[in-house]
Amino acid sequence: MAVFLFVLLSLTCIGSILGMILSKNQAHSALYLILAFVCTGGLFGLMNAPFIAVVQIIIYAGAIMVLFIFVIMMIDIRKGLSPERKKWILYPSLGIGLILIIELIVILNNALGPSKARAVESIGSPKTLGKILFTKYLYPFEITSILIIAALVGALVLVKKKEEK
Amino acid sequence: MRDIFWLIPLVPALSTLILAVFGEKLPKKYISFQACGAVFISFLISLYSFLGLLKISPTEYPVVKNLFTWIHAGNFQANLSFQFDPLTAVMTLVVTAVGFLIHVYSIGYMAEDRSYSRFFTLMNLFTFSMLVLVMASNLVLMFVGWEGVGFCSYMLIGFWFEKHSAANAGKKAFIVNRIGDAGFLIGMLFILVSVGSTEFASINNAIAGGSLSHGLVTLIAILLFVGATGKSAQIPLYVWLPDAMEGPTPVSALIHAATMVTAGVYMVARMNIFYTTSEAAGSIVAIIGAVTAVYAGTMALTQNDIKRVLAYSTISQIGYMFIGCGVGAYAAGIFHLYTHAFFKSLLFLAAGSVMHALSGELDMRKMGGLKKYLPYTYPTFLIGAIAIAGVPFLSGFFSKDAILTSAFAQGQYLVWALGLLGAVLTAFYMFRLIFLTFHGKERIEPEVKKHIHESPPVMTTPLAILAFFSVIAGYIGLPVVLGKNINWFDRFLAPIMHKGHGHEAHLGMGTEWLLIVISVIVALTGIFIAYVFYLKKPSVPHALVKRFPFLYKLLYNKYYVDEAYDYVFVRPTLKGSEFVYDKFDLNIIDGAVNGAASGTGFFGKILSFFQTGFIKDYALVFLLGAIILLGLLIF
Amino acid sequence: MIPTVYFLILSAVLFVIGTVGFLIKKDLITQFMCVEVMLNAANLAFIAFARSTSSLTGQIIVFFIITVAAAEAAVGLAIILLVYRQKKSIKTEDSSLMKG
Repeated sequence: MAVFLFVLLSLTCIGSILGMILSKNQAHSALYLILAFVCTGGLFGLMNAPFIAVVQIIIYAGAIMVLFIFVIMMIDIRKGLSPERKKWILYPSLGIGLILIIELIVILNNALGPSKARAVESIGSPKTLGKILFTKYLYPFEITSILIIAALVGALVLVKKKEEK
Repeated sequence: MRDIFWLIPLVPALSTLILAVFGEKLPKKYISFQACGAVFISFLISLYSFLGLLKISPTEYPVVKNLFTWIHAGNFQANLSFQFDPLTAVMTLVVTAVGFLIHVYSIGYMAEDRSYSRFFTLMNLFTFSMLVLVMASNLVLMFVGWEGVGFCSYMLIGFWFEKHSAANAGKKAFIVNRIGDAGFLIGMLFILVSVGSTEFASINNAIAGGSLSHGLVTLIAILLFVGATGKSAQIPLYVWLPDAMEGPTPVSALIHAATMVTAGVYMVARMNIFYTTSEAAGSIVAIIGAVTAVYAGTMALTQNDIKRVLAYSTISQIGYMFIGCGVGAYAAGIFHLYTHAFFKSLLFLAAGSVMHALSGELDMRKMGGLKKYLPYTYPTFLIGAIAIAGVPFLSGFFSKDAILTSAFAQGQYLVWALGLLGAVLTAFYMFRLIFLTFHGKERIEPEVKKHIHESPPVMTTPLAILAFFSVIAGYIGLPVVLGKNINWFDRFLAPIMHKGHGHEAHLGMGTEWLLIVISVIVALTGIFIAYVFYLKKPSVPHALVKRFPFLYKLLYNKYYVDEAYDYVFVRPTLKGSEFVYDKFDLNIIDGAVNGAASGTGFFGKILSFFQTGFIKDYALVFLLGAIILLGLLIF
Repeated sequence: MIPTVYFLILSAVLFVIGTVGFLIKKDLITQFMCVEVMLNAANLAFIAFARSTSSLTGQIIVFFIITVAAAEAAVGLAIILLVYRQKKSIKTEDSSLMKG
């Protein structure tokens, strides 16, 4: 059962990301990405991280992508983009991608230690996470909230139109 | 004595430091007091140490005090260590006593000078360096003192550096000195390689033990002597001393009469084992000394500048000291050094007094008849002249006679004859000076005559003291004719002289008396001729000049040696330097530096091709780097 | 039990796709989206490791990554808007003022 779910989710994920890349329309790309994020959330859930899964869907798929779509709407692109002057980048990038994936697989293969027998089911539950978040990782938590405020204010200031004198 | 003799150099050093840092702000009276006081304290300590030396037996010489290890490189060690033995005692007493008197004189002479503190700072620094030189117990430390006095000489000769001639004279002195120092340094290196240490005790032991080959000993002796010719102004490196008269007169008295120029003689005496073991080297020293004595004497005959005459006289007298050392009579050489210090510095200071009286005039043709205006300067000057001429009963007679007798006794007849010739010349030119300056018709400029005044007591008192010593200093070294073992000086210095395998020459009493009589006759002849030439028949010199114009020109222009050196050495060096500057410095060195700069710019241009401004290109390169790193991780 | 290795391989694949996509696309928005994909892939890897070592640290890290990614997205999109205002185009090629 889990395996079937895994295969389904991963294939959907990969497929939608490919679709995002290959699509010419930015809005379509955004929608594809939302799908990818939802699948990723599911994958998180499969990996004993239910809380993170939900956080992923709410924030990533729900907030960030909505932001993206807002911006896409604001940027009025009717026609497609003009072709690039430099077309040569396609093949090198594919090459790089190939090499990269081989390397990563090799590394990751060796990266795991002896695998544990069974992960405890409740490891990713909100209760455990909450406990640890508010004790051991309190400082990062608080500082991250400051960071968010900073980003918020920054984004607002950046985009503010100059007042006409 | 053991405990404090090493303080002798350090008291002036401390004074120098204080004056160097605070000198500009201190009042003149205090500067004079401290500078002279420091040298006086050194003198007292020297005296005390000397007395202490008399109490201990000669087997304990030298007394060494090792302050600390200065250089320790592998097997080589050079310490900051001072020693005290009879030779050092004589030198320190001379340096501090004469130095003190000259410091006092300078208070009056330099009173109007605006760089008063700088003068005394340098004088103290010089005293310190000279004391280090004579008290060092190894060659390396002696060389430090050697260089130190050379430096102070440069600074003091060019004291009035705004004057071009003074600055050039200072440079000339230093450069010529340096050439000699190269010889000294090479000799020192040979010693280091063959003996393993530069301590005098080790060197003496090594040579006495025969571990150095004869040829090596000769070579080292000659090399060290080259350094001595530079420092002590002998042929061929004497050319700086006449020019050095550009400096203030006290400087000429202290450095170029009593102390620095005698450093070479001290060095030869200290290294006497070399010159006794190698007869060839000893002969070279004696011959150069003799030739220089006559050579310089001839040049002194025609000079019109009062200080130049004295300068050539100094070169000549140091030649005598080297004669003494060269024939093995080191005690006689040092004896002459000691008496010469008194009467030569007296002569210089008195000349300074004359110049002071005449508002800076030093051409003897514009003097004359000063006897009645300078009641204190004249008698002292006269005493100095009599002493140097070798008139009996004054100090110069005893020392010069000791040297000439030793030369004759060793069978060096040529040297003896040259010495006699030099004695005639000495008497002649000194009294020429006296007669031209103090007697005869007055040829003084009217402007100058209005301001004639005798020097203040602070200047005449040292003159009197020096005159006194010029008379009596010789009595500690009475000649053998008056009795065996009466020469206290000889006996005092005997323990540090190494008897070579040479012959202990003894002359019969008759010969000794004969030699003394000959010396006296020679001296009186010189004085008489001067009297005739310059008092009785003043037209005679002019007639002689007319008859031998070529000879006169040769002597007056110092045998054109300066011009010759300029042509042979100085100009090619300058041309060579310009050539090197042009080809090497400008092209290669500047080229390298500029090239490095432009190369960097070039590479920068190349690299800027990679900065296209497109994010994607940057990302591409970025990833390439990441891939490489990951690859490194894997493999 | 699904071996953790599979998740890791999946994460690697997603990462590479995101990278290649970033290099290929010529408009800012899509490139930014590819960056988000890369972040996601990293998240996957973290969770996988957290699972294999049974420690919570990995999940906490992911929590923070998601938060920071949100902030970053906000600011990044603001910048994209500004670029659009200036250049009237979101082609990456047009913003090459750093040339040389």
